[in-house]
Amino acid sequence: MDNPATYLHWGFILISVPNAALILGMIALFLLALLAPFPGHRGGRSKGHGTDE
Amino acid sequence: MNETIDPEVRGSWTFAIRRYLLQALPPEHLLPERQPAFVRSWTYVLGAITLASLVWVVISGAVCAFFGPQWWHVSPQGRFFNSLHFWSTQVFFVFMVLHLWAQFFGAGWRDGRALTWITGVLLFVLSIGTAFTGYLSQENFDSQWIGVNAKDAMNAVGIGAFFNVLNFGQMYGLHVLLLPAGLLLFVAVHILLVRMRGVVRPLSEETR
Repeated sequence: MDNPATYLHWGFILISVPNAALILGMIALFLLALLAPFPGHRGGRSKGHGTDE
Repeated sequence: MNETIDPEVRGSWTFAIRRYLLQALPPEHLLPERQPAFVRSWTYVLGAITLASLVWVVISGAVCAFFGPQWWHVSPQGRFFNSLHFWSTQVFFVFMVLHLWAQFFGAGWRDGRALTWITGVLLFVLSIGTAFTGYLSQENFDSQWIGVNAKDAMNAVGIGAFFNVLNFGQMYGLHVLLLPAGLLLFVAVHILLVRMRGVVRPLSEETR
């Protein structure tokens, strides 16, 4: 951990591997939050404007 | 309610505030018992995780503040709470940004929710300031390095005389009192606004 991080370099983009991994992980989490089914007693996604008790 | 209140009291500003708050935030409805069906999505959980991690940030930070820098650097328990404070902050920021993405791409400011969005933006800015002063309060080589580099940026924008990043006492005071107080105040306003206006409908529901 005391060593400097490895950097990725494409053209004008310069980013450390830990920062790139964090950003990719956040994008993956965001996509997962959008697409993963939410557990619930009715299951599935919203069908309309109704309320769920 | 008004019939039983003395006319003089009814005209007072404290009564007016009380009446407004009771109308806007009825105590029996402060915690939600019903939610729209579209709330059954993980995207609506991101803000809740941000709030949960903030609770851990505050708890671990309070313990560190009580025992002080030597404790959090030297003792195993201190290092544990220092790490808990650091990592709960990382979780807080990751999920705050995911919550921001969800609200930005879902246009969370629609239907009279502009103030909810604006308080969220203010919270984001305040959080950056609180985290920055936290990095400066670590009392290690990392905080010295950050302070020595940041002072040039502060001087360049003309606030170095008021916001001295090399002054540990000032940075620590800001980090443990003033900025968290502001942060918690705006978190309370943000959550109350969400309760008053409700969560925004997904964009896919707009055309139905």
